Amino acid sequence: MTTKLFGEPVRRREDARLVAGNGRYLDDLGAGALAVAFVRSPHAHARITGIDVDDAIDVEGLVAIYTWEDLPEGVREPLPLLIPHPALTHGRTAYCLAKDVVRHVGEPIVMVVATDRYVAEDVCERIQVSYEFLKPVVGLENAVEGPNLVHDDVPGNVGAHLVQEVAHRDGRATRDVIAAAPHTLTFRLDIERSACMPMEGKGVYARWDADDRSLRVYSSTQTSTSVRMAIAAKLGLPLPKVEVIAPDVGGGFGVKIVHPWPEEILVPWAARLLNREVKWTEDRREHFVSSAHERAQVQHVTVGFDDEGRVLGLDVEILHDHGAYTPYGIIVPIITSTQLLGPYKIGSYRVEFFSVYTNTVQVTPYRGAGRPQGVFCMERTMDKIAQYLGKDRTDVRAVNFIQPDEFPYDQQMIFQDGRPLIYDSGDYPESLRKLKDLIGWDDFPALQAEAAAEGRRIGIGVGCYVEGTGVGPYEGGHVQVTSDGRVHVSTGLTSQGQGHETVFAQIAATELGVPIEKVSVVTGDTRRFGYAVGTFASRAAVMSGNAIALACRKVKEKALQIAADALEADPADLEITDGMVHVVGAPSASIPLATVAVLSNPLRYAFDEEAKRATQFATGGSMEKPPVAEGQEPGLEGKDYYSPVRSTFASGMHAAIVETDPDTAEIRILRYAVVHDCGKMINPMLVEGQIHGGVAQGVGGALYEKMVYDEYGQLLNASFMDFLMPYVTEIPTIETDHLETPSPLNPLGIKGAGEAGVIPVSAVIAGAVEDAERIVIDKMPISPSDLYALRDSSRTSGAVSLLRNTQ
Amino acid sequence: MKPPSFVYHAPATVAEAVEALTAAGADGKVLAGGQSLIPLMNMRLAAPGQLVDINHVAGLGEITAEAGGVRVGALARHAEVEASETAFAAQPLVRRALRLVAHPAVRNRGTTVGSIVHADPAAEMPAVLALLGGSVRVRGAGGERDIPAAEFFTGPMESSLRTGELAVSAFFPSAEGGTAIVEVARRHGDYAMAGVAALVAPGHARVACLSVGAVPVVVDVTEAEGDWTRAAELVQERIEPEADIHATADYRRHLTGVLAARALKEAADA
Repeated sequence: MTTKLFGEPVRRREDARLVAGNGRYLDDLGAGALAVAFVRSPHAHARITGIDVDDAIDVEGLVAIYTWEDLPEGVREPLPLLIPHPALTHGRTAYCLAKDVVRHVGEPIVMVVATDRYVAEDVCERIQVSYEFLKPVVGLENAVEGPNLVHDDVPGNVGAHLVQEVAHRDGRATRDVIAAAPHTLTFRLDIERSACMPMEGKGVYARWDADDRSLRVYSSTQTSTSVRMAIAAKLGLPLPKVEVIAPDVGGGFGVKIVHPWPEEILVPWAARLLNREVKWTEDRREHFVSSAHERAQVQHVTVGFDDEGRVLGLDVEILHDHGAYTPYGIIVPIITSTQLLGPYKIGSYRVEFFSVYTNTVQVTPYRGAGRPQGVFCMERTMDKIAQYLGKDRTDVRAVNFIQPDEFPYDQQMIFQDGRPLIYDSGDYPESLRKLKDLIGWDDFPALQAEAAAEGRRIGIGVGCYVEGTGVGPYEGGHVQVTSDGRVHVSTGLTSQGQGHETVFAQIAATELGVPIEKVSVVTGDTRRFGYAVGTFASRAAVMSGNAIALACRKVKEKALQIAADALEADPADLEITDGMVHVVGAPSASIPLATVAVLSNPLRYAFDEEAKRATQFATGGSMEKPPVAEGQEPGLEGKDYYSPVRSTFASGMHAAIVETDPDTAEIRILRYAVVHDCGKMINPMLVEGQIHGGVAQGVGGALYEKMVYDEYGQLLNASFMDFLMPYVTEIPTIETDHLETPSPLNPLGIKGAGEAGVIPVSAVIAGAVEDAERIVIDKMPISPSDLYALRDSSRTSGAVSLLRNTQ
Repeated sequence: MKPPSFVYHAPATVAEAVEALTAAGADGKVLAGGQSLIPLMNMRLAAPGQLVDINHVAGLGEITAEAGGVRVGALARHAEVEASETAFAAQPLVRRALRLVAHPAVRNRGTTVGSIVHADPAAEMPAVLALLGGSVRVRGAGGERDIPAAEFFTGPMESSLRTGELAVSAFFPSAEGGTAIVEVARRHGDYAMAGVAALVAPGHARVACLSVGAVPVVVDVTEAEGDWTRAAELVQERIEPEADIHATADYRRHLTGVLAARALKEAADA
């Protein structure tokens, strides 16, 4: 590695384009395309008894109206259940357009194609759908208590039930260990719904080429390769005749990994049927009611522990609300169940979840993907143990930590990738030490006393997490050096603003020894790279980063061989610096990588001066060997794949100091500190950016965001007026420190960083508010109005006030 | 989120605007800053058949000192009023309140008179006008009239403006004594869960409360004689807060009391 860019805070190369308005997002494309709008269900649960379009068909500019009845075979079947699991005994998915029954407000019923979106919405308004109302199921406890059912054939509304148990090493069951423990605590925790809310909603634009019998589809997706396969399968097209491109995508955060969305099938289908360009751009209201939400869980916890605060047994029962359908399986509660363990050695663990249907928008992974709930559970548990024993909260965590010499550490569970939950590396005691330094943990009691003397209430909270990142099965990278010396990198997974153009270029520039200016990166375009899984689970850097590095190493090996022939040197004596292949220690004996690229491709035709050098009468070499040697291919390019044996586990710890207003109950974050370990950092500036964005979303989840459904299943705050995403004014300065424990699992030693920031925030803020108020905080998010009510009830009952247990 | 079609008028004079509004009748709506109207139309919650865009009408953007106060024209943007030294000299509460109105981007486009005419009981400027006893000048086919704030706000998003009338300006009186405005919003720039504007003058004190009734609630607290805790209780007795997804009615009542005491103290100290 001679041109060292790996590990440097290189500025994001995509920003000049994106911030200057030169990005090309979905709705920037296809200016002349027909527009699509949908009639969506205004009811949470109803049987469709009729669809009357009489008033709509005369609207000028209307092109087509489609209902489920109009859909052909392939398109009319239920959408795929993407991730089956044996415990998901009653998985159900929606239709592209509702057939007979609608199960949440926002479910698409009628598709309208018109000359523009204004006309399409006018048409929608004139279509009359009649309904027979069914009883809506809203709220987890209503769902399990019944008697109303979301799906007639799913008893008790339970889609999945899974019990996982890691017995004590002496063989005792968790519940027996807890019963025999010196101390036990039992409590309930609640977490509300939130959602990804990318700045750009979903969108699909399709062009059918009738002459070529081929389809090009642009989708604001996190997985273009898989959308491509889904479209080809559903529309019955040969795969080579379908190409899918993710253009610039304005955020995903999980919701765009779900696929195919109904629109991803319907829009290409209509484009082919009508032989016209067709586009659908999701608006914000549609995104609220017809995409996906996450988070909502109720947890019942019993923990047994010893005098030191060591957890001997942990028993967690989770009610998970997965909404009306389960296209993404039970990944979210599986992640909650497994990642709940965090950086701790738990003596014995039993976790049981019920994943439950309600007449609300479906639940699929949102940045953090079940971890915020799991971490909330474990960190509230740690705080409660500390409170009960009268110990420092960080001491209780420390006594439970997995130690640095215990890696690889097997948690003896099965992770979300179907592989063992084995942590590869980490240093949790050092993380905690750094965090305590950063926030000034040990000095806080004095600060708190000082504030109290002024009539102010401040509190401190802490939260730790471990995040399985870089899940398989694989990603690939293709690297080509062209005769102008440019390096073209492509990978199949997609980008939603993370900075892939920068970090993948850093990796390629470092591996190949070329200036970063020579490197260009393409992601998410099936014309360039056909095999990929997608961008989710903090996996892009780990998966595609390593695949690109491996592809670069192939290219480098080939380049050195060709250069060695030209320079009459041993390849082992060559290196590449600033795009020049040269003999180590003898820079004059060199050849540009561009020339190597020319020589790599024996030519018959000279189309420019460079090419002349590779033509048949210009090159020397043996007349006994073919121009392309056996086992070689023309061109200076390489392709490789990275497929890990299992996930790599990043970790981190956060602490916050909050102030609560004794009169107004406002909650303000005074300081927020993060210590983060994602193995070797490709670009520390981008890692910090990921942390900042994650913490901001975490603050949203802790203090502002919830999806408020009424008893009829109406979402009461389906707009940015009332769904409170924090502004920059609500986000504190985020202080960060890093730790780098390389992953032994991959060539670059890296771990994922994308989701980390969001994971422990609710746990940390709950702990801090509890510390400031001396009132138990077991339900998040918390608003000033909630805190006021808690103060009121703790005054009147006393039961929920924070008391050291003396049993 | 696209509006249904509508007829668009772009009058150049107040007379033309009034003519277009009169002809449109109940189907007509004035477009000034558009910060409330356009989102409502995009969500198809409002569907006026005729839109009268007054942005091309000359002479409506002025901010002028008048005897006993400041007159703000219908096209004066929040940001212009906020920055206006004329307005500040006549009534400093106007600037302080405007700084709580949404965000700079909204204030750059939205108009102060538009906000008053929109008559959202959670908005700051109707409460300020009500506290100060200001007025709205309106022009209709029959001529011009001034409507006192106490008669202007008739319900949530409802005013005594008649069909065919255009609000051409609002008058904010100067006031003897000190003023203040405080509020608590969920996020910076949101409509407040509760807020109180206060005026304390020798021998007189009153407040106007946001978000706790159908219209800005003005309460005379002179009888508290400077005991602001007592004054807060008087205010709490008069308000009728309702619960929404952001705050319970109890919390709003509590908060209004806290803020009333704070605003009155700040106004008294000003």
